[in-house]
Amino acid sequence: MKGYLEGSQAVAEAVALCKPAVIAAYPITPQTHIPEGLSHKVADGKLRCQFVNVESEHSAASVVLGASACGVRVYTATSSQGLFLMGEVLFNIAGMRLPVVLTCANRAMSAPINIWNDQQDSVSLRDSGWVQLYVENIQEAADFHIMAYRLAEDRNIMLPVMVCMDGYTLTHGVENADTPEQNGVDRFLPPYKTNYKLDPENPITMGVLGDPDCYTETRYAISETHKKVLKTIPKIVEDFNKIFNRSYNGLIEAYRLKDAERAIVAMGSVCGTVKEVVDSLRAKGKKVGLLKISTYRPFPVQEIYEALKGISKIAVLDRALSLGSYAPLFSEIKSIFFNRKKSPRIISSFIVGLGGRDITKESIKEIFKKLTTKELTGEFIDLKPELLQEKL
Amino acid sequence: MSEQDKKHLLASGHTACSGCGQAIAARLVIDAAGSNTIIANNTGCLEVFTTKYPESSWEVPWIHSLFENAAAVASGIEAALKYLGKKQDINVICQAGDGGTADIGLQALSGMWERGHDCLSVCYDNEAYMNTGIQRSGLTPFDTNTTTSPSGSESFGNPRPKKPMPEIAKSHNIPYVATASVAFPLDIQKKVKKALGIKGPKYLQIHVPCPLGWRHKPGLTPEVAKLAVLTGLYPIIEYESGKLTQVRKISKPSPVEDYLKLQGRFKHVLNSSEEIKKIQEIANQNIEKYNLLAQPISDKVNP
Repeated sequence: MKGYLEGSQAVAEAVALCKPAVIAAYPITPQTHIPEGLSHKVADGKLRCQFVNVESEHSAASVVLGASACGVRVYTATSSQGLFLMGEVLFNIAGMRLPVVLTCANRAMSAPINIWNDQQDSVSLRDSGWVQLYVENIQEAADFHIMAYRLAEDRNIMLPVMVCMDGYTLTHGVENADTPEQNGVDRFLPPYKTNYKLDPENPITMGVLGDPDCYTETRYAISETHKKVLKTIPKIVEDFNKIFNRSYNGLIEAYRLKDAERAIVAMGSVCGTVKEVVDSLRAKGKKVGLLKISTYRPFPVQEIYEALKGISKIAVLDRALSLGSYAPLFSEIKSIFFNRKKSPRIISSFIVGLGGRDITKESIKEIFKKLTTKELTGEFIDLKPELLQEKL
Repeated sequence: MSEQDKKHLLASGHTACSGCGQAIAARLVIDAAGSNTIIANNTGCLEVFTTKYPESSWEVPWIHSLFENAAAVASGIEAALKYLGKKQDINVICQAGDGGTADIGLQALSGMWERGHDCLSVCYDNEAYMNTGIQRSGLTPFDTNTTTSPSGSESFGNPRPKKPMPEIAKSHNIPYVATASVAFPLDIQKKVKKALGIKGPKYLQIHVPCPLGWRHKPGLTPEVAKLAVLTGLYPIIEYESGKLTQVRKISKPSPVEDYLKLQGRFKHVLNSSEEIKKIQEIANQNIEKYNLLAQPISDKVNP
C-alpha cells in the first residue's frame, strides 16, 4: 500500500508486520516516534505484543535479551547515548547468539550534547558482533527491518541485526513509501522457532562462564558466521525482491559506476544527495558514480573490491570519526586494496555531516572537485574556520 | 550422584568454597521453587561456581547475562511467558549478590518492581563483593574491614551502615518483602513458597556468611549466621502488602561481641569498646524498630 509516511511510522508499520512478541524501549530523540507508533498499535489492539516501558536503555536491551532467550521475536530501538548505554548488553546479545532486531536512529555522541544526525553511535559499535545495515531512504528503512528478522533468525546465522537509519533525515522525514502487505510478509518471514531457549520442559543453562579453554572458539564461531551472512543476505534479498517487487542488492549498491573515473563511497541517507549530484554531473559528461554500502558488518570486502577496482579516484565519506586515526570507513576501504592487482590510484577521505550539519549538493560537488591526484587522508568538508580562531 | 542429590535442582559438584552460605541458600531457594522455574542470575560468585563451561549445576532453565541486569532479563522472560500464555505455570526468579542487588543492579530492580512483573528477586547478602576479592558494597555493615574499606590508623573500616534494602523494596509498594538467614533453612523455603504464591514482584534478602570474606572457620557458617539474628544485627522480617506481619523474635539478645569475635573482618574493633558500643546501638535500634524482643514466658503465664 503506497502513501506518504514519516520514516519512523514506516518502520513501526514494518516492525508490526513482523509480529514481535516483546518490545522494550526507552525514549531518546530521534528514536521516539518508532516506539510511540508501536505502543499505539498495542493500545489499539492492532498488535498483540508485550510492550515493556523500561527505566533505561540498558534495561531495554536486557528485557529483549531475556525475552529472546525464551524463543520469541523481539524488538527495540534507540539512538546515540542510548545505544552506548546498551553497549555491554549488545556485546552480550551477540555473544549469546540471540536474534534481536534493533533500530539505531543515528545521532551524534556527546559532548557537546547534540541530538542531530551523524553515524558515530553505531559505527563505534561495529566490533560488537551485530550485523549492521545502513539505509538510504524511508522505503529501505521499512523493508530492511523485515529482512533483518529473516536474517537474524536464520538457523545458520542466529545473530542480532541493527538497522541504522539517519536520525531526523529519515526518522522524521516524509516520503512516499510502499508498506508491504501482511500476507506477503507472512510468506517471506516464517514464525520464529528455536529449540535453544529457556523452557522448564527442557532446561538449559545460558550465559555460562567461558574460560581461556573455550572463549576463543566462541568468538571464532561468530567471525565465521559473519562470512555466512555475506552469502545469506543476497538470497534473502532475492526472495524479498520477488515477493515485494523491489530491486535491492543488500550488500552494496553500485550507482552509475560502470565507466566511472571518479566515485564516492558512502553509507546512509547522504547517498540520495550523492545520486542527484552524480546525475547532474553525468548530464555534463563527467564520469562519476556512487558506491553505497548497505551492509557495513559484515564488511563485503570482495563486492567492494569488484565494484571499485577499475575506478581511478575514490572519495570515501565518513559521518563518524576514529579520533586519532583515519576515519573508520575510509581506513577499511583503503585496506581492501593493499597488495591487490587492481586498485584505484587515489583513495581520499572526507569527513561530512557531523552533528547534523547539512550535506548539501554543493558539499558533494566540492568533494568531487577535491578528488584530484593529491590523496587526502581526512578532509573536513564545510568546516567553519571562524569558530576555530576563537580565543580562549 | 546419590538419590539425595538427584532431588536437588542445584546439583552438587559445583566449585563453591567450603562453608559457602550462598551455595546452601541458593539450593534451598530453587528446591522450594521447584522445577517449573526459570532463573535469571546476575554476575557473581553463584554464577561463576555453578556454570563454568562445559558444566552446569542447574537442573532448571537458567540464564546469566551481566552484572546488573538480571531483573531486566527476568522482566523480559516474564513478558515472553505472558505472551506465550505460560506465566501462570512458570515461576520467574532473578537472583544476585548484595552488590548486584543493592548497588549496580538497583536501577534495573527498581524498574522491575515499579512495572509490577510477576517475579521473585532474591538477594544473597554476604555483605561485600566476594567474587572480586572482598570489596565493600552498599550492604557491607558498619566497621567492616574489607579490601576497599580497610581498617587502619585512621579507619575502623566501612564508615557507613547497611543500605536498608528491605525498606527500599517495601517503598515500591510491592506485595511481599522478607529477610531470611541461612541459619534457618526451613524459614527460607517457607518464604520462597509463600512469595511465589503471590502475584507481582517479591523481594527476599537472605543473609549468607562467606567464610573467606568474613574470615571465620568454614564449619561455623550456621553459627555465625544465627548469631547475626540473635544479636539483632540481622532482623528476620516479613512485609505483606506493606504491613509488617512477622518477625523472628529474640528471647534474650546476645551481645554483638559474640557475633563479631568469630570473624576476622571485625577483629580490629574488638579492642575498642567505643566502636563495639556503636555496633551494639545498631542492633538495639533494629530490636526496637521491628519489635524483635520476645515477651518473657513468665509474662505470658501470669499476665
